Amino acid sequence: MSSNTLSKKERLAIPRQSMPEQPPQIRNRNFNEVNLGFDAETAVLEARRCLDCPRPTCIDGCPVIIKIPDFIRLIVQKDFLGAARKIKEDNLLPAVCGRVCPQEEQCEKTCVLHGKYEPVSIGRLERFVADYECQHGQAQVKINPPQNGKKVAIVGSGPAGLACASDLVQWGYEVTVLEALHEFGGVLIYGIPEFRLPKAILKYEIENLQKIGVHFEANFIVGKTMTVDELFEVAGFDAVFLGVGAGLPWFMNIPGENLMGVYSANEFLTRVNLMRAYEFPEADTPIRIGKQVVVVGGGNTAMDAVRTAKRLGAESATIVYRRSEVEMPARIEEVHHAKEEGIIFRTLTNPIEFLSDANGWVKTARCLQMKLGEPGPDGRRRPIPIPGSEFDIPVDLVVMAIGNGSNPLISRTTPDLQCNKWGNITITGQGGRTSKRGVFAGGDIVTGGATVILAMGAGREAARSIDEYLKTGIWETEPESASNHKS
Amino acid sequence: MYQIIHAEFIAPDIKKFVIAAALIARKAQPGQFVILRVWEKGERIPITIVNGDSEQGTVTLIIQGLGKTTRQINMLNSGDYLHDIVGPLGQATHIENFGLAVCVSGGVGTAEALPIARALKEAGNTVIAIIGTREKALVICETEMRAICDEVIVTTDDGSYGHPGLVTDVLKTIISRERKPDYILAVGPLPMMNAVSEMTRPLAIKTMVSLNSIMVDGTGMCGGCRATVGNKTVFVCVDGPEFDGHQVNFEEIARRQKQFTAQEKIATAIFNSEPQKVLHQCRLSKVIAATSQS
Repeated sequence: MSSNTLSKKERLAIPRQSMPEQPPQIRNRNFNEVNLGFDAETAVLEARRCLDCPRPTCIDGCPVIIKIPDFIRLIVQKDFLGAARKIKEDNLLPAVCGRVCPQEEQCEKTCVLHGKYEPVSIGRLERFVADYECQHGQAQVKINPPQNGKKVAIVGSGPAGLACASDLVQWGYEVTVLEALHEFGGVLIYGIPEFRLPKAILKYEIENLQKIGVHFEANFIVGKTMTVDELFEVAGFDAVFLGVGAGLPWFMNIPGENLMGVYSANEFLTRVNLMRAYEFPEADTPIRIGKQVVVVGGGNTAMDAVRTAKRLGAESATIVYRRSEVEMPARIEEVHHAKEEGIIFRTLTNPIEFLSDANGWVKTARCLQMKLGEPGPDGRRRPIPIPGSEFDIPVDLVVMAIGNGSNPLISRTTPDLQCNKWGNITITGQGGRTSKRGVFAGGDIVTGGATVILAMGAGREAARSIDEYLKTGIWETEPESASNHKS
Repeated sequence: MYQIIHAEFIAPDIKKFVIAAALIARKAQPGQFVILRVWEKGERIPITIVNGDSEQGTVTLIIQGLGKTTRQINMLNSGDYLHDIVGPLGQATHIENFGLAVCVSGGVGTAEALPIARALKEAGNTVIAIIGTREKALVICETEMRAICDEVIVTTDDGSYGHPGLVTDVLKTIISRERKPDYILAVGPLPMMNAVSEMTRPLAIKTMVSLNSIMVDGTGMCGGCRATVGNKTVFVCVDGPEFDGHQVNFEEIARRQKQFTAQEKIATAIFNSEPQKVLHQCRLSKVIAATSQS
């Protein structure tokens, strides 16, 4: 039963509420969050737009099947803490997902209002209740499920690992998250900038996990500090989840890519986000401040890098992308925000060489104009170079944001772990079971670069599969030769 | 937080640290390195492991104070704490019985060559070490090298100890002996490693060099350490740090190492004007560690 007492017509009459933002010309000079979030009144108004469909299609669009109409109904009833709890039944990181999920491609795309009307702002509502809980909620209650005595190692503290750890700890497992870097969060801490995802929010979420009993260990590189086999044999874990992400930056292999002033997006963003290079010399890690910056790529990482460069003081910050804006993988909101902040977009443009000044610093990005040809295997129209269209863009900083491959640290030291030709770990069916008994995998290391929510979904699926395996001891997909651990 | 069990200067601005890091000690092999941070806003810097003692659970590092961070580390003493240390990183040195092996090292590189010389000796090689420094006071690890190697030759630029001149002067004599070396390892400043590689190239003597690039994570994630070896881009942190010296593009590495020279000047100037503040940054770490242990 719903307290949304408005008629359908009245609900349809409420316009989609916009979220307040820092003005573009102010925010492109600071690292504070761009979106400022709904206040309670706006959230309730937006929630009232939900038609509370008997068969809600929005849920179909959600990779972790959040009970969307249920939590929205609680917002209408002004039970904001209840709404947060409702989301957390299915998604433990609502403050993160409310900010970085591509809702326009997921729940909001399948919202019944989409098309004729504007969809309910599900993402903004998720964000609102998560932030409300963070500000008003009591500390997470310590849960004490009966301990089952089984130990699980979660390798990587990014979204896949955090999701997997959260479920397992609540089911009575002793869970330890092993992180290679000195801070927790994976791509959420080193990759996504403060202005999109404030670190305080991530810290809050991780502290919550610590409160409910998840152990976190930093400076631990699986494949180096211990191999996967040693996690079983030496450290005594009963199962291992590999959620190590896609962390090896791709380059284009064109001349001049190793010049000074050319960074991978990973390096550029890690220096700024994780290492706080924007505070240099107060923080020790330096970064080159570019005046004329080119970022190569069209994904969210490219948008993060180019907007970061602008905030660091670039006079011109330009996206160079080989297809047209329609094919850009970045979220529409990110492209929109970037444009508002004065980012220049040079689409259908592809660099072929970087040239340097006398001291070896990058000075010129030599580019080709492209046109779109027939669609490729992924359905996107392929870019084709236009002969003789070379032109130069003056630059003093270039960031390559063309994607990431898989890091070989684990596969090199785990010979019986099957990977595909791109180095992604091969899993069998649902639940992330790998070729190696007791070892599960999920997130970007399996799929290649994807989204936070898909990685979280994979982490939760793996958690169910780990639970099943440790309860039954059955490893159905196991090839006979791969068995060298007792369960 | 990782406690410094023992710290002592072994030469001017060169300090030896024994650090409690049992997991790293257990796995450390010659040629590998760690990444460490001194304080909460400290940078991550790679340092070669001199020794890993799995029984004591300690790793030994020898650090020369050059920039802000290394000088800050060298202010720390026994009982102080490092904020972070992670490893062991990189590929271990490939060790086999080559026959006659020569380890050429310059400056603090001798500390890095020491465990490799030991492993080469244990594998059955005849090992010659050539140790070069600017002056007598900066010679390190000589006693340890003499205990391991069949022959140790020290050179100093100013002639204050051993042979006056460069390590390459001595190497030239050694490779002109009738018994040619089968394997050469060079570790130290880039110009030295480059000169050694050029000297051995005409004789086709296998020559490995240990590159020390600028790194952030040290696990292959950032690509900041990339170098060109045999016309291919490699990541020093995961593919190295040792590479075939005859294949390495030294000019490019030399340039890339100078990327942050301007910022280093700023950081050093601040360090020189406020050393107490920098010391306080480390001490704060110590207080935090003490609190978290109680």
